[in-house]
Amino acid sequence: MSLDLLTPEFLIERDRNRCIDCQVCVRQCANEAHSFDAEEEKVVSKDEKCVACQRCVVMCPTHALSIRRFPLEFRENALWTGRTIKDIYKQAATGGILSTGMGNDKPYPIYWDHMLLNASQVTNPSIDPLREPMELKTFIGRKPEKLEFKEGKLITKLPPRMELDVPILFSAMSFGSISLNAHKSLARASQQEGTFWNTGEGGLHKDLYQYGGNTIVQVASGRFGVDPEYLNAGAAIEIKIGQGAKPGIGGHLPGEKVNWEVSETRMIPEGTDAISPAPHHDIYSIEDLHQLIFSLKEATNYKKPVGVKIAAVHNVAAIASGIARAGADFITIDGFRGGTGSAPLRTRDSVGIPIELALAAVDTRLRDEGIRGLVSIISASSIRNSSDVVKAIALGADAVYIGTAALISLGCHMCQKCNTGKCNWGIATQDPNLTKRLNPEIGAERAANLIRAWKHEIKEMLGGMGINALESLRGNRLMLRGVWLSDRDLNILGIKAAGE
Amino acid sequence: MKRVYAKEEYCVGCRVCEVHCIVAHSDYKNDIVKAFKKQNPRPLPRILVEENRPISFALQCRHCEDAPCTKACITGAMQKDPETGVVTNEESRCVGCWTCILACPYGAISRNEQGKKVASKCDLCSDLGYTPACVKNCPNNALVFEER
Amino acid sequence: MNYVIIGNSAAAIGAVEGIRQIDKESPITLISDEPYHTYSRPLISYYLAGKVSQEKMYYRKEDFYRANQVETILGVKATGLNTAERSVSLADGRSVGYDKLLLATGGKPFVPPNLDMSKQGMYSFIKLDDVKAVQQVAKPGSKTVIIGAGLIGLKAAEGLAKLGVDITVVELANRVLSAILDEEAAAFVQRNLEEHNVKFELNTTVEEILGGDKVSGVSLKNGKQLDCDFVIVAIGVVPNTDLAKGTDIVINRGIVVDEQMETNVPGVYAAGDVSEGYDLIYQAQRVLPILPNAYQQGENAGKNMAGEKSAYKGGFAMNAIGFFDYPMITAGIIKPEGDEFESLIASDPAGKSYKKIVLRDDVIVGFIYLNKVDRAGIITGLIKEQATVKAFKQSILRDDFGYINFPVTERKAKMLKGGRTA
Repeated sequence: MSLDLLTPEFLIERDRNRCIDCQVCVRQCANEAHSFDAEEEKVVSKDEKCVACQRCVVMCPTHALSIRRFPLEFRENALWTGRTIKDIYKQAATGGILSTGMGNDKPYPIYWDHMLLNASQVTNPSIDPLREPMELKTFIGRKPEKLEFKEGKLITKLPPRMELDVPILFSAMSFGSISLNAHKSLARASQQEGTFWNTGEGGLHKDLYQYGGNTIVQVASGRFGVDPEYLNAGAAIEIKIGQGAKPGIGGHLPGEKVNWEVSETRMIPEGTDAISPAPHHDIYSIEDLHQLIFSLKEATNYKKPVGVKIAAVHNVAAIASGIARAGADFITIDGFRGGTGSAPLRTRDSVGIPIELALAAVDTRLRDEGIRGLVSIISASSIRNSSDVVKAIALGADAVYIGTAALISLGCHMCQKCNTGKCNWGIATQDPNLTKRLNPEIGAERAANLIRAWKHEIKEMLGGMGINALESLRGNRLMLRGVWLSDRDLNILGIKAAGE
Repeated sequence: MKRVYAKEEYCVGCRVCEVHCIVAHSDYKNDIVKAFKKQNPRPLPRILVEENRPISFALQCRHCEDAPCTKACITGAMQKDPETGVVTNEESRCVGCWTCILACPYGAISRNEQGKKVASKCDLCSDLGYTPACVKNCPNNALVFEER
Repeated sequence: MNYVIIGNSAAAIGAVEGIRQIDKESPITLISDEPYHTYSRPLISYYLAGKVSQEKMYYRKEDFYRANQVETILGVKATGLNTAERSVSLADGRSVGYDKLLLATGGKPFVPPNLDMSKQGMYSFIKLDDVKAVQQVAKPGSKTVIIGAGLIGLKAAEGLAKLGVDITVVELANRVLSAILDEEAAAFVQRNLEEHNVKFELNTTVEEILGGDKVSGVSLKNGKQLDCDFVIVAIGVVPNTDLAKGTDIVINRGIVVDEQMETNVPGVYAAGDVSEGYDLIYQAQRVLPILPNAYQQGENAGKNMAGEKSAYKGGFAMNAIGFFDYPMITAGIIKPEGDEFESLIASDPAGKSYKKIVLRDDVIVGFIYLNKVDRAGIITGLIKEQATVKAFKQSILRDDFGYINFPVTERKAKMLKGGRTA
């Protein structure tokens, strides 16, 4: 074997004064970065195996461990950075596509951080959410053109909708890409907090049918795990056309992750690769999409909203218009920072557009065309906190999906190694040694806590703006001001510059 | 009575319970590093993690209703407290005859190799007056302390 | 209700605790010819070696009798029993009446007629007084012959060796601890004892005690003659049934009792080394002269005496013992004879460890653990349950054998049971 030329990415620092050689780190590292030297009777580490998932750091009873960036520096070069060079070493060694996990980590502008919210001062009163009612109730689905009442009672038949206590849903992450315990955590948290989680394209495990009332079932190009029972098990259906992390290509679950439970849930043989085709082979036009939407509505007796998820790409607004006209009840737009269990590195980092611009463009377009009421818009990708949620709503979203943030609440430390199946936090893995590390009782509580915490914060911010119902903020771009943005950006976002 | 129960589906085999058991039964109850580095001989853990990957679970004295160890003990050192139900070994009276090891159907009593002559077993951290250290420090709630 | 207990060791104490679980009020009178607070008989060798003080030998704390409202008559021998009048007569002329009586008189040393115990320097090794007497003569450099390489003889040997006494153990069988070890295991143990200067004469026995009023040596069947300053007779123990003799109480080898530990005479119970209890392995009534059984029988007798119907579920021979920090645990049938048995053996001479498990139809009926004795109780538990071990037979000899090897449902059921072993 020749030299692979790679140098460690991280340095494991062990404080020998604190280390008690208890071997907790040895037992917890699926990458085998720590081992016990029986001859020396002490624990030793191999830097090159470390992925900085920090499992050992967190678990170490004496806090003897820390992880640093490996201090080895390449000669400074703005173009040829260490990371760029190492990528070439890897490909020169393997001849393969570079694969990665989680979302785009490149330093593209983060528009959320260039938009600021308004607050009431003197001329209009702010509202204290602890003393006054504050409504976050959100409905996802088509809105009737008009409401008719007879003798004080609503007589208009309402289309099927999802009712949310908070405008935050857990985004699609398939069983296979993440563990059953992760699914259980999200399902239970959804039920607890009055919102929804999304199965992703891998079907719904039998144990989770009990959470169907809070479940969005996804139908993707591979049709994994899809049958009438599945379609009817959820509260809504989402057709996945694309994903922000890898627009234009389908999902790919390696056979090693397809154990019997995944196999049964996906309805594919154990150990086989689950490769979703890049396109839906029955969809080549908006008309075809219309057919699929109505096939699914037919299959579920028109009782469930059917949505369509697309990646935010260049002509997203026009596509969204087509989807609305094709009969979808909601559109999910997934920005270029959206996460993934596995994606080709170059696609993840270079394809798609920022969600903030896409969201604003879609909302504007649908309004301009007078069809905004036909669909709800769910904004997905890069929501990090409650103020991002509020900004997304003000830009025009009905609700937001959170994926990465949800996984972080379950313990994810963003090491971006989901694709290896060796997630030390028991999330993006099917290894039974690792999946049990995520106790769904704890996971559900933590995910629910996150939603609840954000709910409180959203109410605070709404109150500050003098708004007592989330509905009054939707598309209310007057509540936003841009900083450090070009006129063009401001124009697309449909917001004024700070000070205007 | 309240006992420690293991949920093996969530036991991650880290053995943090053993570490904290050692500390809780050392002279340095609030200092893990000292408990491990200063105390010689180091106390043995009174909780045992059994492992056959991917299955693992922690096992310790069940504080049996009908504790066979207390009936087998030749010195009277092993006693079940009639009020709390906790089975404890009075170490000064224990002579290390290991009849309790012979009697315990859980294999939950171990020889204290360093001290040679004292059987070591879970005392539910009775002298600490709080939730047993193993339960308190289990990172994944795979151990619970409850009435069943 | 008036309870009388004769004896002051494990079975008697078990009975007190058994009675007091049910009946916290009625008077209990406990009679013993020994003048001591209840102490642990197995500890006498530790006492001899100076490893425990007399106070540390106490089987229960000093306030035990008071806390359990037991009236004691210590140092006075019970000499007669009148079951018709329900009374016990004592050596000091007193008579004690009872409603419920427990005979927990234990065992007494077996001494063959050719051994003259009246000679100076002849000792038994069962009671505290025995060991106190031995202590007087066990000086460094003195010589002793111990007759019997059983548990008592070898425990005496260990204690005396630590005092610097020159020891030869004479044993009729071909090996040491023949009741609890097979040949291979016995060889391990013998070697270890020899390393600590204990000498052995096996396959032979003492023919005659030499010397006049005072022991000067012994002559053996094999022709050898051994000089010694004193002799310890540790051939065995027989049930001390003296008090029951001449009454209507049925005596076999020991006093015969039913599941409730009651004799054929209503109101009279027997427990411990004096009685025959149910042996789970042999599936018959047998004398099981070991402390854990004595306690359990006593406790069970106590409960029944106090009116709760409680069946003694039976026991079996089991021993945990060690010499010079070399521990061993054995139980049940250890040297099976017959085609129905299967023996699993793991022998490691280098590590001085030996494991043997004896099965009958995939049910464990006995085992020997030498040196590596950890978690032996799991095996004891399996014997008690008479459970089939077919599912995990191949793992059972492993050093890390444990609950992990049990089928998952069985494991969970046991662990979740919350320690109710019944």
